[in-house]
Amino acid sequence: MAAHGLSTSLSRLLFPVKYASLRPRCCALHSKAQYSTVYNPSEKTFDKILIANRGEIACRVIKTCKKMGIKTVAVHSDVDSSAVHAKMADEAVCVGPAPTSKSYLNMDAIMDAIRMTGAQAVHPGYGFLSENKEFAKRLAAEGVTFIGPDTHAIQAMGDKIESKLIAKAAKVNTIPGFDGVVKTAEEAVKIAQDIGYPVMIKASAGGGGKGMRIAWNDEETREGFRFSSQEAASSFGDDRLLIEKYIDNPRHIEIQVLADKHGNALWLNERECSIQRRNQKVVEEAPSTFLDPETRRAMGEQAVQLAKAVQYSSAGTVEFLVDSKKNFYFLEMNTRLQVEHPITECITGLDLVEQMIKVAKGYQLQHKQEDIPINGWAIESRVYAEDPYKSFGLPSIGRLSQYQEPLNLSNVRVDSGIQEGSDISIYYDPMISKLVTYGATRAEALAKMEDALDNYVVRGVTHNIPLLREIITHPRFISGDISTNFLPEVYPDGFKGHQLDVDSRRELLAAAAGLYVSAQLRSQKVLGNLRVSSTPVECSRWELCVELGEGRHAVEVTKAGNVYTVEVDGGKVEVSGEWNLASPLLPVTINGTDRMLQCLSRDASGRIVLQHLGTSFQVRVLSKLAAELNSYMPEKVPEDTSSILRSPMPGTMVAVSVKPGDTVAEGQEICVIEAMKMQNSLTASRQAKVKSVHCKPGETVGEGDLLVELE
Amino acid sequence: MMAAFSVARSSCGLINGLRISFRSLAQVKHGAVAASVPQTSLQRDSRWYSVGHLSVKERIDKKRKAALVGGGQKRIDAQHKRGKLTARERVELLLDPESFVETDMFVEHRCSDFGMEQDRNKFPGDSVVTGRGRINGRLVYVFSQDFTVFGGSLSGAHAQKICKIMDQAMTVGAPVIGLNDSGGARIQEGVESLAGYADIFLRNVMASGVVPQISLIMGPCAGGAVYSPALTDFTFMVKDTSYLFITGPDVVKSVTNEDVTQEELGGAKTHTTVSGVAHHAFENDVEALLNLREFFNFLPLSNQDPAPIRDCHDPSDRLVPSLDTIVPFESTKAYDMLDIIQAIVDERDFFEIMPNYAKNIVVGFARMNGRTVGIVGNQPKVASGCLDINSSVKGARFVRFCDAFNIPIITFVDVPGFLPGTAQEYGGIIRHGAKLLFAFAEATVPKITIITRKAYGGAYDVMSSKHLRGDVNYAWPTAEVAVMGAKGAVQIIFRGKENQAEAEAEYVEKFANPFPAAVRGFVDDIIEPSTTRKKICRDLEVLASKKQVNPWKKHANIPL
Repeated sequence: MAAHGLSTSLSRLLFPVKYASLRPRCCALHSKAQYSTVYNPSEKTFDKILIANRGEIACRVIKTCKKMGIKTVAVHSDVDSSAVHAKMADEAVCVGPAPTSKSYLNMDAIMDAIRMTGAQAVHPGYGFLSENKEFAKRLAAEGVTFIGPDTHAIQAMGDKIESKLIAKAAKVNTIPGFDGVVKTAEEAVKIAQDIGYPVMIKASAGGGGKGMRIAWNDEETREGFRFSSQEAASSFGDDRLLIEKYIDNPRHIEIQVLADKHGNALWLNERECSIQRRNQKVVEEAPSTFLDPETRRAMGEQAVQLAKAVQYSSAGTVEFLVDSKKNFYFLEMNTRLQVEHPITECITGLDLVEQMIKVAKGYQLQHKQEDIPINGWAIESRVYAEDPYKSFGLPSIGRLSQYQEPLNLSNVRVDSGIQEGSDISIYYDPMISKLVTYGATRAEALAKMEDALDNYVVRGVTHNIPLLREIITHPRFISGDISTNFLPEVYPDGFKGHQLDVDSRRELLAAAAGLYVSAQLRSQKVLGNLRVSSTPVECSRWELCVELGEGRHAVEVTKAGNVYTVEVDGGKVEVSGEWNLASPLLPVTINGTDRMLQCLSRDASGRIVLQHLGTSFQVRVLSKLAAELNSYMPEKVPEDTSSILRSPMPGTMVAVSVKPGDTVAEGQEICVIEAMKMQNSLTASRQAKVKSVHCKPGETVGEGDLLVELE
Repeated sequence: MMAAFSVARSSCGLINGLRISFRSLAQVKHGAVAASVPQTSLQRDSRWYSVGHLSVKERIDKKRKAALVGGGQKRIDAQHKRGKLTARERVELLLDPESFVETDMFVEHRCSDFGMEQDRNKFPGDSVVTGRGRINGRLVYVFSQDFTVFGGSLSGAHAQKICKIMDQAMTVGAPVIGLNDSGGARIQEGVESLAGYADIFLRNVMASGVVPQISLIMGPCAGGAVYSPALTDFTFMVKDTSYLFITGPDVVKSVTNEDVTQEELGGAKTHTTVSGVAHHAFENDVEALLNLREFFNFLPLSNQDPAPIRDCHDPSDRLVPSLDTIVPFESTKAYDMLDIIQAIVDERDFFEIMPNYAKNIVVGFARMNGRTVGIVGNQPKVASGCLDINSSVKGARFVRFCDAFNIPIITFVDVPGFLPGTAQEYGGIIRHGAKLLFAFAEATVPKITIITRKAYGGAYDVMSSKHLRGDVNYAWPTAEVAVMGAKGAVQIIFRGKENQAEAEAEYVEKFANPFPAAVRGFVDDIIEPSTTRKKICRDLEVLASKKQVNPWKKHANIPL
């Protein structure tokens, strides 16, 4: 409730206009909502910038460069040669084969590309080399500007332990129970016991939430230590670990800071990033419903203190954990542009990439703290190529056979680096795009997000739109009652898709029936002069049977123009629409409510897959006769899967812990698959003897590949 | 033929009193079951006949009623228990509601041996339901064999009924659909039954290329009976309940001592993946019939009709940007030709023929701006898309069907050549490959060809090249038209020379691109892949009036 009050008061504060005049105001805001790049030709920056990244962030940087009249150079791996970022840039240089270690992390090749193209500066984006002090040093040595903070700041903030010491010294609140470097599992246990459970374990050098593990007891601490140290060694070449007090039910709120090389620093308000799965952000918003102006200012000021303490320049993010009493603790500082920076741009109107470039060139910040507004509300959904039904998202790969961003809607921003026909491969992050919506109020932004998700066409890969839509429409999320435990708390048994209630179920059945009848009628429309005349069935009433899940519904459809009246389960539903059978989008009006459904597939035997309220449902529509006859058709028995372990995702086999003949206990690790830089341990679902093993460490496996058979 | 028939008898028909029992085919022995039901009802009938109290009208009604239940309720139940529909249910589901017009409901068999002349052994309509109807308003003739009457066995009368509707279909020019579910010949009738088969075969042959003929195998079809489906244009099967074989497992065991199940010998999986006898398999009766309706929409009614045009919601000038990046940079890397086909055709709707057989070539029906087209494409994903014996035959038969029925052919070429090896040479790749060449060369329908990547060697010529009267031949920028891949070519041209790598680079520069073909006019244009759909739709519009006639001949002599 407090959150709601805040949002309305905010909007009143910012829009002291009557509601009637709010609409034109919003439109005016729209252009600002995205971010505005103020290109000043007299303020010369660079002639040519190389973007040492790929995907959406590379495209994002190139866009601003274009606005600023700066030539751009993209680097790409061989499989990315026709990727969007490579095509968007003025020049593109191939820096190696697909694996990131040989291309996007290949400093030698990137340095060569810089020399070859004569780029004066490098924007590293996020990830890859963005927080690599070595890279920054090498650039400096060649007189190339690194668009980001100085090496000193990267180093200071890149080390989780050192950064906390600095933060403490700068009078920034830090997490209690903070401790140092860990070398063995037993030492880890001892430290954990000293701090008191629960504790969090992660690689010191690791960024973001990747590789973060939470332990509630000694056993879990040992396991966490093992995993984290492995990951630390393999991903960062630095096996130091960090163990600290884990704050229960926390919110993840971060402050965007912007500093120049002249000692000026600003805080650009907060981003609420509490909705996470496996410690990776899913939905972010700015501002946060939770912060009051005092807390916001306190956090902002501490963030600026920290930035100043390390002579920070460029854009950076200070992450805090905030507990239920609005106590906040410094978590870490990310010395780069964040994935979720667009929402800050939306509410402040600043172009952060432009600011970074200007700061890198040595210009002073032109804004004062009091110039930084909170205009409206922005939400970001990270659209991933992953299956949300498997632990809130396991990577999926494939070719985007159809892809359409909801850019027809106003106040929607989509940052993506892919297009129809692109491949989502195992080599890189499976993010499809960042979908950002904006509104004068949070409610407006949320409504827009619903719309945008419904209008977003993604085919060919499994995606997490069902989960995103459920999150942003969940009552707890709407009321602002969230924490980093939101997903496991709301879906304790895993995400199962949208649960249809009586009305939405009826809507779905009616839409499916309408689509079926439209297709039937279209089949009779044979054009041209016919030698043998056609006698279409004269029909205006159809008796159908619609199957959905376990349910079978007798449905009667009558047609008048484009309006179908569908009688289902004793209720009447009116569905109208254009019924375009070629379009992936299926806009319909159901009992006066506009709905955007999507038709994912439709086959001759009446199977229709419709996306309704974000989730796809398989419906089968049969004529009454076909349904009756179908009852004679035998059920075919599906394969017994309880004794087979199949790969839940594509990836590389890191370790196989069993061999044929071994007896495994329930929950025992069978093998570990690395996918998208994440190690995933697959465990036995029951006690059994291993019959055969079909995988070897180092092998690449596809989704659904048979790994191990149990007896 | 005779040999085939005698084995058919021993495999499927055993004389069991007055009826045929299908021990090897049916799980339920219904020789005994069947005897009881018709007995009572027919005994009543016989009383009426002898007393003659009933008016003609009442007798008509009685007969019609009897015809509608075929072999009686118990056998209908047995049919259902096997997961199969009855002959009439199938017809009802296949055709538009109330469109079925039945013929020969009163026809009865004329056998007088082995007690068959008794009234209780006569069923109005005998063991097949025939007539005409509509599928989405379009005329079709159909016969549906009734397994509940003498196991659907083919009597003289049964054959005569089928011949009648086939003759009618020929006179008006409309397709024939056969729903096969028959144990084989009516053994009691002997040669009459064999004559019946031959009458049907002859009509199948006469109708071939005149009206489309489709067979849907929905139960057993064994012995000589298999040759009728084999002569038709398309054979579809139902998984787990249909079988096609010359001789059943028992005979196979006694002759070759092989142990084989019906499913392995002649089930849907066998014929759609191994033998290439059937063109598609469906999960069950309902799915098969619904899919057959969908399939029928693609076909013209006869060779007198142009390819049908259906109302289309997909813009004909739709650009497909995803195609600009679909062909991988490395020419050795595979991609899925189906991705290209689905992106180009109307509504991503592609009815693939033989999807699980000779997968290195893709064939099937689709629509462009509503008009039916036949699609042929090499599949780089399987065996690099090379042409071998099976893919050549698969492609050739499809091309000939399209040509016979005025369906334009769109060919997507990415072919590294013919598959080398003793297996292929001994198997006769020369004469089988020639079939595809023959079919493309002979075809006079509009032919549009798109070279997406490789078009190497003789296979380039074969795949609807300009030289075989291709109407419009396009190349994508990724096309390479050459005698062979660079490596092989360089090894021959510069044999023994050093600097092979340099020579290879030169060869790639010179030939691994669309220019050599384009400068000679062997391709009409090099087009942006994204514009392919738009261009094909426009070309088809123009080619709709294409007229091309081959020299007069009695018939050509395709290398069979």
